Amino acid sequence: MLSGEAMREQYYQAFLIKYAEIGIKGKNRHLFESALVKQIKNSLKKTDGNFTVRRSNGRIFLEIEGEYSFHDTIAALQTVFGISGICPMVQTDDEGFEKLGVFICDYLRSIFSDISSPPSFKVAARRSRKDYPLDTMQINAQLGSVILAAFPTWYVDVHNPDVMVNVEIREKIYIYSETFPGLGGMPLGMGGKAMLLLSGGIDSPVAGFMVAKRGIKIDAVYFHAPPYTSDRAKQKVVDLAQLVTRYTGTIYLHIINFTDIQCRIYDCCPHEELTIIMRRYMMRIAEHIAKETDCLGLITGESIGQVASQTLQSLAATDEACHLPVYRPLAGFDKIEIIEIAKKIGTFSTSILPYEDCCTIFVAKHPVIKPDINKIKRHEKDIKDIENLVTAALATKELIIMSQRDTPSEI
Amino acid sequence: MEVYLDNAATTKCFPQVAELMTLIMSEDYGNAASLHQKGITAEKYLRYAREVISAKLKVKEDELIFTSGGTESDNLALAGAAVANRRRGNHIITTAIEHPAVEQTMEYLEAQGFLVTRLPVDDDGVINLRELERVICDETILVSIIHVNNETGIIQPLDEIGVLLRKVNPGIIFHTDAVQGFGRLPLSPKRSGIDLLTASAHKLHGPKGVGFLYKDERVKLSPISYGGGQQGGWRSGTENIPGIAGMAKAADLMNVMMDENIIRMNELRDRFLQGLTNIPQVTVNRSDSRAFAPYIVSVTIAGIKSEVLLHALGEKGIYVSAGNACSARKQGHKSPTLKAIGLSNEMIDSTVRFSFSHYTETVEIDYTLQAMYDIIPVLRKYVKR
Repeated sequence: MLSGEAMREQYYQAFLIKYAEIGIKGKNRHLFESALVKQIKNSLKKTDGNFTVRRSNGRIFLEIEGEYSFHDTIAALQTVFGISGICPMVQTDDEGFEKLGVFICDYLRSIFSDISSPPSFKVAARRSRKDYPLDTMQINAQLGSVILAAFPTWYVDVHNPDVMVNVEIREKIYIYSETFPGLGGMPLGMGGKAMLLLSGGIDSPVAGFMVAKRGIKIDAVYFHAPPYTSDRAKQKVVDLAQLVTRYTGTIYLHIINFTDIQCRIYDCCPHEELTIIMRRYMMRIAEHIAKETDCLGLITGESIGQVASQTLQSLAATDEACHLPVYRPLAGFDKIEIIEIAKKIGTFSTSILPYEDCCTIFVAKHPVIKPDINKIKRHEKDIKDIENLVTAALATKELIIMSQRDTPSEI
Repeated sequence: MEVYLDNAATTKCFPQVAELMTLIMSEDYGNAASLHQKGITAEKYLRYAREVISAKLKVKEDELIFTSGGTESDNLALAGAAVANRRRGNHIITTAIEHPAVEQTMEYLEAQGFLVTRLPVDDDGVINLRELERVICDETILVSIIHVNNETGIIQPLDEIGVLLRKVNPGIIFHTDAVQGFGRLPLSPKRSGIDLLTASAHKLHGPKGVGFLYKDERVKLSPISYGGGQQGGWRSGTENIPGIAGMAKAADLMNVMMDENIIRMNELRDRFLQGLTNIPQVTVNRSDSRAFAPYIVSVTIAGIKSEVLLHALGEKGIYVSAGNACSARKQGHKSPTLKAIGLSNEMIDSTVRFSFSHYTETVEIDYTLQAMYDIIPVLRKYVKR
């Protein structure tokens, strides 16, 4: 007997790609669809197989000719934003209703052979070929009887079936009953671009993923502070950006040397405000790069109340430093929820590598948790020559272009 | 300028060693077990390695087991001896300042039911011989004491320990991890009463991934891996001929210049220590009354996180280590050695290790000192408040 996967590879030669939100976009729908088709094609570039992506009657079909890997194909499609479900389909020529019934029962027997308890089911037919001798209702009812006869323990539930037997009658007849979940969201590249403040932590890669999920392209900025942060910490950020490109496509990663600004703030400002003031300068620099690179907003991994610099007062103070909107997709998430997503998208194990920077020197033992924005602004005025330092920091910018990678690193 | 002062972590390969290894890998690549000419040529290298290294140590040629390095040698020595001698007793003695390859194997043996006593050390890092004598009991089968500590360079009195063990109970097996000493300091296991000795090639300008265990022929040892029965069955697996020959070549070269090297290392160290006196609040973790390897200097610089200094020196092309390289990646890991010699957590976080080699030049020491003069006052301005 074939394993589940080998069996599926043999059976399935096409996939119906379901998309949820983009179905409701009115006149823009075709734009979204073509963006999705483009992303699907892109995601399959590295998957073995001869794939054709086709749009038809408001649906997207992926057809495969010859041998392919079922597992890799599903995995690739599961990195594409905009897909809500992936339904592998079997197809057969129309050789009469009786043969169709036998074909469907054979198929169900193979796919659901390992199901633990007898499932409820429903047949849902769709007929785009109107010359088929039976109408939709008749197909549903008659196929239902055939299935019940073949699987005496199964039972019908038209409201909440365990197994939905979809039958589409067109030139050929397509049957599908399994749905693999997609990422949801919207296809990349339809919504402009935003700048992610990327650190080596758990949260910011997840934040980037969350915004990208809404169809937004991502660029990123990382602040390093040698010798207080190590090159390994920087490499970790590069690695994280690389991991996120799996979903977001190419990321332009801007690296800024922040040491002099950090030290100057330390020299001139009250210690309990160090973190907030540093973050305000990071926002300013990020905004500067964002504007240069046509980004329409900033993204941070902040989560309300997680640390002193993420209280509502602190976030307000950070926000005040820049004009672009700041997106904080994790604002309402608990750490556990963030970790769950980080694990799902594959960034967690890299994020927790212990190349913790030595920036803790610049974190006060008792940082302010309710900063007063007016005081902060007054203290910022005391920072000598900061404008020049910001200009100098911008001049240190190093750009690394991260793209989806299919080859091991070179030595 | 690039200044590599992390030779206790690993060393640059001698060019002669790299050359020999290239030749073996590309020309004389046979399996020593093969019966044809290629195999015979390969076996010659193996014999060469046995001859060279056994001559340095003044031991028999078949008392050497070639391994993948220090960690494997320690594992084989400790787990192998403990298991093979279990019927004689279940007590093992070691120290609080061992390399993780020993310490972690001890923890494994404890989980297998052995009792392990870890001897404390004094502020210089030396064990107390009377304490050692006191903890030996009828059940004691194995004593493992590091030769040169990798973090401070302190040398344990192996000769005296050997004498003591022979006096109390000659049946006790004496192992030493000599990874930081072999090839750089004189070692004579037979004279010191050492039964098992661990060494690694990459600390003496040889290749990584190869080492050996000296095993006195009278010691009973069980293998810890099984296979084709090479090396008397103690270490199955096709011999790593390029590595083993490379190690022997490196050991040979090191041995020829050992005396001269020791003098040079002493000079470099003295120059470095003299220069350090110009920096306030610097503690060198050594004392003149005790024997330290001259090529390892552990320095505690108050008010500076070692990792920050390490990166700042790195920007100037100077490579040093914070604590020991093997555990530097573990977060929140505090060096047990530095703890054992009485350093506070804060001091441990401010401790940097400088380690010299045959390739270290006087100008490099001066360059490093100058860099420290420049960097330290700046870094000291920024402390956590």
